[in-house]
Amino acid sequence: MLLVGERINGMFKDIGRAVAKKDPEPVRTWAIKQTEAGAHYLDVNTGPRAEDQVDAMKWLVKTIQEVTDIPLCLDSTNYDAIEAGLRLLKKPGMINSVHADREKIERVFPMAKEYNAKLIGLTMDKKGIPKDADSRTALAMELVAAADEFGFPIEDLYIDPLILPVNVAQDHAVEVLKTIQNAKTLSNPAPKTIVGLSNVSQKTVDRSLVNRTFMVMAMACGLDAAIVDVNDESLMDAVATARIILNEEVYADSYLKVFKSKK
Amino acid sequence: MAVDPIKERYTSKVGEVVIGATEDQGGTRSHTITIGGDSTLPFLQFEGEIPHPPVIAMEVVDVEPDWNEDVKKPFAGVLQDPAAWARKCVDEFGADLIYLKLDGANPDGEDKTPEQCAKTVEEVLKAVKVPLIVVGCGDADKDNEVMPTVAEAGAGENLLLGTAEEDNYKTLTAACMVHKHSIIALSPIDINICKQLNILISEMNLPLDRIVIDPTAAALGYGIEYVYSIMERIRLGALQGDKMLSMPVICTVGYEAWRAKEANAPEDEFPGWGDQEERAIMWETLTATTLLQAGAHVLVMRHPEAVRLTRKNLQELLVPNKF
Repeated sequence: MLLVGERINGMFKDIGRAVAKKDPEPVRTWAIKQTEAGAHYLDVNTGPRAEDQVDAMKWLVKTIQEVTDIPLCLDSTNYDAIEAGLRLLKKPGMINSVHADREKIERVFPMAKEYNAKLIGLTMDKKGIPKDADSRTALAMELVAAADEFGFPIEDLYIDPLILPVNVAQDHAVEVLKTIQNAKTLSNPAPKTIVGLSNVSQKTVDRSLVNRTFMVMAMACGLDAAIVDVNDESLMDAVATARIILNEEVYADSYLKVFKSKK
Repeated sequence: MAVDPIKERYTSKVGEVVIGATEDQGGTRSHTITIGGDSTLPFLQFEGEIPHPPVIAMEVVDVEPDWNEDVKKPFAGVLQDPAAWARKCVDEFGADLIYLKLDGANPDGEDKTPEQCAKTVEEVLKAVKVPLIVVGCGDADKDNEVMPTVAEAGAGENLLLGTAEEDNYKTLTAACMVHKHSIIALSPIDINICKQLNILISEMNLPLDRIVIDPTAAALGYGIEYVYSIMERIRLGALQGDKMLSMPVICTVGYEAWRAKEANAPEDEFPGWGDQEERAIMWETLTATTLLQAGAHVLVMRHPEAVRLTRKNLQELLVPNKF
């Protein structure tokens, strides 16, 4: 299970302020905290308020790479900002994200290939997010076909079926789970799957419980990766335990400790 | 028609452990031996690398053992002199390493002192130039007295010391830390305890490249298939990147084979089983070759003829596959 730490995102107030004032401290703190908690990648999102997206992304990448050497997942709707970030990466990164949209596909797939980056593909197009699993799967297939067309390695494509908050869009979660299963049948080798986990629990009372419950359900469906709060210990324990139950890891009494200490 | 084999791609490999130290490295060995490093299942050369082929350690005991006469015969005259015994193993029978068992420390036997044991280790170190494995008598309390003294006497030699178990690993691990030796982690044919013990030892800060797994061997006919499946799981874990299962594996072949009924029952009791000596040698050989296929990196053996036959088989297995 590949875990992407979600915390360096301008939507969080402390990071938003840090980006605006070019104050490196909060960014460094979260980079270190998430690395220590066992993140494999760190998501990097400037937030919508940054005036110059390109400049903000470059500053964030530089600041993070001063304190940690784990790879970065560049998260923006501004592809010039992503490309500027990719140029600075010390290790091959991840692009978050591309839509199943011809224009966006043509811009992002060649860029991902050029920089040897993994790529998150969202199952949405100009019409928005589909309601059911079949329509989501059809968009996933378009992304898989695009990977083939542009010679992008299919095992580096991460399909994100877009989970929505369960309190307002309760009928979506089950469709997302089906899409995760369907994605594995689209090609051989199959694309990977990823979710932005915390979205499922927006504005619910016990967010951590909703997050980790959905997480283990998605893992049982074959989920490969997730953008998560790696500092949520009960979530990390649930992931470690699910890995044992799915026989992805040999059991040992200290398995929780080992999972968290693993880089 | 050309065969196009299906190849597995693994993300990781077995860790490497170095045994012994040369003069430059602070020891007195003529060379070191590296075990592990495999990036494939055993002997699938078409799929990955086997940088360090398996090695054979011959067993030497510090007091004359109560072994079957047939396995004592080749060592007649040196059974009461571990240094001479070790020399014979290396010079005449080509042992890659010596596995010295300090049975004399056993409180129910000669009850030797830690100092006497350390002296034996020093004598064997003087007698041979190959790297050395040293294990205690098996009595936990006594071993905890003996092994720290042995570790100190052998400081600089990068010995492989055994054996640590889940309920008795701290003293030996500490001794290995202080005097810079590697450790044998013994688990009872149990993958979960095997992994847990590796975790416990590494939590004491002994690096992973100084741990060797003893999964507990079993002889042909005495549960060897269970050992096989555990060793296969260990290897698959290593190849899939489980660091706590990535260590090379040692198997006490001679000990297991020579306690099998088939190795000891005389021909006059079982006429259909044939000559007992030949049968016993084959029992040790087939136990060894099966455990090679299971992924053993160090075979601990007794009879020189079994060693010769096993080495012959090993050489054949190491010929690269033709596709």
